Amino acid sequence: MSLEIDCRQCGRRPVAEFMFGEIPRVPDELTDPDERDLDRAFMHENAEGPVTERWFHAFGCRRWTTVERDTRTDEVIGSAQSPGYPVER
Amino acid sequence: MNEFVERLISFGWREPRPSYDVVIIGGGGHGLATAYYLATRHGITNVAVLERSYIGSGNSGRNTTVIRANYGIPEAVRFYQHSIELYQTLEDETGRDLMHLQKGLLWIAHSELGVRAERARAAINTAFGAKTEFVTPEEIARICPQIDLSGGGVWPVQGATYHPEGATARHDRVVWAYAEGAMRLGAHVHQRTPVTGLLMDGDRVIGVETPRGPISAGVVMSAVGGHVSGLAAMAGLRLPIRSHPLQAFVTNHYQRQFDPIVSSSDLLFYTSQTPRGEMLMGAEIDRQPSYSYRSGHHFIQQTAFRAITLLPFLRDLRVLRQWTGICDMSPDYSPVMSATPVEGFYVTTGWGTWGFKAIPAGGEGMAGLIATGEPPELIAPFSLDRFAKDRTLADRGSAGTH
Ligand SMILES: Cc1cc2nc3c(=O)[nH]c(=O)nc-3n(C[C@H](O)[C@H](O)[C@H](O)COP(=O)(O)OP(=O)(O)OC[C@H]3O[C@@H](n4cnc5c(N)ncnc54)[C@H](O)[C@@H]3O)c2cc1C
Ligand SMILES: [Zn+2]
Repeated sequence: MSLEIDCRQCGRRPVAEFMFGEIPRVPDELTDPDERDLDRAFMHENAEGPVTERWFHAFGCRRWTTVERDTRTDEVIGSAQSPGYPVER
Repeated sequence: MNEFVERLISFGWREPRPSYDVVIIGGGGHGLATAYYLATRHGITNVAVLERSYIGSGNSGRNTTVIRANYGIPEAVRFYQHSIELYQTLEDETGRDLMHLQKGLLWIAHSELGVRAERARAAINTAFGAKTEFVTPEEIARICPQIDLSGGGVWPVQGATYHPEGATARHDRVVWAYAEGAMRLGAHVHQRTPVTGLLMDGDRVIGVETPRGPISAGVVMSAVGGHVSGLAAMAGLRLPIRSHPLQAFVTNHYQRQFDPIVSSSDLLFYTSQTPRGEMLMGAEIDRQPSYSYRSGHHFIQQTAFRAITLLPFLRDLRVLRQWTGICDMSPDYSPVMSATPVEGFYVTTGWGTWGFKAIPAGGEGMAGLIATGEPPELIAPFSLDRFAKDRTLADRGSAGTH
């Protein structure tokens, strides 16, 4: 079975309906403005483990939703629908 | 499977030394080819390749083995053409049967825009040394009679580029040939030896940590495929890489002969026939960055649907096996072969869905860089600092799938 993204409007829908949106995180240690720009434009955490990310429900309600996913297993561990999970960032 | 072949090939497995001139992390094609060319071209043999599982267990043993040079930018055409040529002589050089087969590759265009893109590809290939020509639907039918020129009535075939030097080779044999060749000259390959940390002296990498003990090194090179970001982070380095799964599958035996490799960027799939007669099918990456090897029905369904549009005979075949590899995708769809801001630390990455064809030229280039400290001309444009210098090498239209 392929990955399903938990949309806060529509519930669990196939990943093919969504566009991926990374939440860029430039490390605080980077202080030089040029280096920060470069990092924001090109570099990725690419974490192996739990990540928080945004998905745009392009072929659906056309809203953004926030999902927490374990990249080792593709298990969705939290979403905007989970109790206590932040809806907007 | 691997143990069996290990016994056939006379590998001289040895215990790790406490120190090497060069430690290469990752026993895929790129790591092993670098060791091979360090030994054969530069006489550098105090080298170890450390592989956390068995050699070829990563993408080098999971790919669909398409070898071609019909890229869309000069730097890539030159580099991959050189790699094609190294592949053509690799069986003679290593004395191993790599099942290298020159098949020719058709890249089909289904629209006005597609035709323009393929004409441009033929022009730029010819200008920079690769053999690619534009062919008409009639010529396509001659090269590959199985193609439905009406494209199921939806995707009519309007033309294609034909790339006669397009080829395939047996992927794990390529891996073993490089390993054996490097080891025969004295390099070490240590399987089941994961690198769990980098030994640092200030800003400099001076060795690696493994469960078999620390190993110090003059130079450390990362060739770990999709797992490069975690490794680079150990050196405090951030990379322009995202890891995405790429799936593929093969069908059961197809009775007739299917000669060429056939690709379509509009339909986003490609196929070739294996020496066993199976039809081998690939397409694009999964959209989520992930390290999960799970394959899905969705991929088979989508890819088969599109492939049958062009090749109706596929309808009668059955899917035999499906699998996944984790690809190190770069933002410009070009590789990164480079020194890094961290002294003593080199990377070969960004091989994404397209790095099997590059194993010979990539290994040769990295060996040259490590041996001389200067990047050989062919790989110099692919440095890591191209992103800071605004010299990215965008070539998505040539590298998205294979
Ligand atoms: C389904 C699929 C189809 C493809 N089709 C094609 C194609 O048709 N043509 C083409 O040119 N390319 C293709 N590719 C891409 C190609 O397979 C890769 O780009 C290429 O094999 C990369 O080689 P590599 O040596 O860099 O990485 P890999 O072969 O992945 O080797 C990396 C090795 O590093 C090891 N490793 C990881 N972490 C550590 C650690 N910490 N310590 C020690 N070892 C470690 C891994 O176990 C692995 O063996 C395809 C890929 C896939 C997945
Ligand atoms: Zn929705």
